[in-house]
Amino acid sequence: MPEISGYAFPNDIHVHWSLMIVMYPYITGFVAGSFIVTALYHLFGKNEFRPIARLSLAASFCFLLVAGLPLQLHLGHPERGLFVMITPNFTSAMAGFGILYSFYLVIVMLEVWFVYRQEIIETARRSRGFKRTFYAALALGTYDTSPAAVAIDHRAVKLLSAIGLPSACMLHGYVGFIFGGIKANPWWSTPLMPVIFLLSAAVSGIALLILVYQVTAKLGRRAVQADTITSMARWLWFFLIITVTLELLEIIMLAYENSEAWHIISPLLTTRLQFSFISIQMIVGSLIPFILLFIVTVMNRYLHERVRNTLTFMASLLLLIQVFSMRWNVVIGGQLLSKSFRGLRSAYEPHLFGREGIVMAITLFLMPFVILYFFDRVLPIEAPPGAYPPEHDGSPEPGVSPGAV
Amino acid sequence: MDETRKGTPSSEPPPPAASSPGRRDFLATALGASGGVFALLAGGGALATSAEAGGAKGDDRYDWEAHQWAYLIDTEKCIGCGSCVRACKAENGVPDGYFRTWVERYLVAPDASHVDSPNGGLDGFAPVQTAFEPTKSFFVPKLCNHCKETPCVQVCPVGASYRTKDGVVLVDGKSCIGCGYCVQACPYGSRFLSPETHTAEKCTWCYHRITKGLKPACVEVCPTATRQFGDMKRDDDPVRLAIAHGRVQVLQANLLTEPQAYYLGIDKEVR
Repeated sequence: MPEISGYAFPNDIHVHWSLMIVMYPYITGFVAGSFIVTALYHLFGKNEFRPIARLSLAASFCFLLVAGLPLQLHLGHPERGLFVMITPNFTSAMAGFGILYSFYLVIVMLEVWFVYRQEIIETARRSRGFKRTFYAALALGTYDTSPAAVAIDHRAVKLLSAIGLPSACMLHGYVGFIFGGIKANPWWSTPLMPVIFLLSAAVSGIALLILVYQVTAKLGRRAVQADTITSMARWLWFFLIITVTLELLEIIMLAYENSEAWHIISPLLTTRLQFSFISIQMIVGSLIPFILLFIVTVMNRYLHERVRNTLTFMASLLLLIQVFSMRWNVVIGGQLLSKSFRGLRSAYEPHLFGREGIVMAITLFLMPFVILYFFDRVLPIEAPPGAYPPEHDGSPEPGVSPGAV
Repeated sequence: MDETRKGTPSSEPPPPAASSPGRRDFLATALGASGGVFALLAGGGALATSAEAGGAKGDDRYDWEAHQWAYLIDTEKCIGCGSCVRACKAENGVPDGYFRTWVERYLVAPDASHVDSPNGGLDGFAPVQTAFEPTKSFFVPKLCNHCKETPCVQVCPVGASYRTKDGVVLVDGKSCIGCGYCVQACPYGSRFLSPETHTAEKCTWCYHRITKGLKPACVEVCPTATRQFGDMKRDDDPVRLAIAHGRVQVLQANLLTEPQAYYLGIDKEVR
């Protein structure tokens, strides 16, 4: 039995939304964040993101495949999970999940297909037997790789990015809306919630890609592109600043207004969430990466490449923790306070095993990487060097990393 | 336990496991009926007999368009005996540690307050020492407010939570997916995810009883008439008269959920 300080409504002492509901926005955040990076290249012509454009699209896709699982695992009746799609109640924020998720999945799958179409066809042509049949099937019956067709591919990718970006933002903003729209809970109920979720998704997505990019470059013995890392670090810094500003604004606003809710949120933050909010989310997760990325952004020209990569790597790692703790503090924190506004329950400790346990959460986090590995086997994320011309005019220097389409 | 049993309609206490399917059967029937009027098949022979005694139509039909239920809690009268909590638990098979209704105790001084509800008031209230000298104290029974604009029904992703035409908020245990969104959305802490059924559960105002002309178990057993149940569609209903003519309050009125459980004599300390 949890310990209660003050008075909590007797039904308010249970944390019904467990670790899985922390994992859900965490994973969805990677989906949206990664897609934002793809869009920066395909849509906004940021050529320095070329080396990671495919990686980010693939990451978005792989995390998306897992995004629904934590929800499913959390349900009291998982066998009824599909009811959300079959018999949705449209006044519910949660009912939008099926539609948004399916729509975004289709967009991402189409984008992957258009990005890889040419390679799929060429692999089919080069191969024999089962492999040929498999890739031929993936080509969906069209084998046109004429310049005109490739030009259409490029336009389609651009269009899909243009649709995909708002879809990804909606998918994740909607996750924030699920919490932000609960007027019963003062720790959740703020219109800032979807915005904070979305921006921290961008943070987690970019941070994750910095890590994966550096690790895969190391494993594949490829050079880490300086301008790619620098640019990612700048964007990461930018999103970090806005995210943390909004996270703090929300709290400062409550405190300044001295609202009724502040009288319970203040002790919540300083007692129950002291470690996870103040220490982890704000100091270790925000202040330190801010300083690291400040150095990378402002003093970039003085930095040796290795120092820059290491600082960015460290900052990204800390930011992954920051975003996780932010999800934790929102989801779990909101359930530690009673709606009586008079009591707090003792900290929630997830089980190690079981369908909502820590091992499951780690498995969920690792699954997308496993999927990414197989994705890479089927559709290589690193294209053979010089295989394809750069999409955008201008910047790509000769000899720059194996390109993405 | 005797007094808690007094109000139950059947001669033998419905065991928790049995009462639950009964309600679900009833809900299935309710969903199966196309019109506003539907046949009531819940319970058994004993219940049907008591329904006639309770003043429902002899043919067992209940017209949910003919009623608009409301609940009135006169906190001045509550003595904190906890009979209501026990009756509710027995009537509805509420799992241990979860509450469809509970009683809160307030000890208040001008500059301090103490609130508690040991085990929801199930075992009554033992004397308590406070660090300050209370200048007033009172009990406040709580239950689902059966709000007209209820956030719990709004957020249910599958429509398992719904409000009946006679003004009762119910959960269809057969379609509830157990996501817990309604539990989070209820500002009053009236809902919980049952560890037994893994679905959301809450006070039904004893829908299986009121549709037979009986009162909710908690109202039935309340020795001081703190808890009253009435029909807003009956002009001479005492509860309707009290709500229509008296000065009543609702909990957390600022949230505009339009609760249909009204309070008399609550204090600013009560949320």
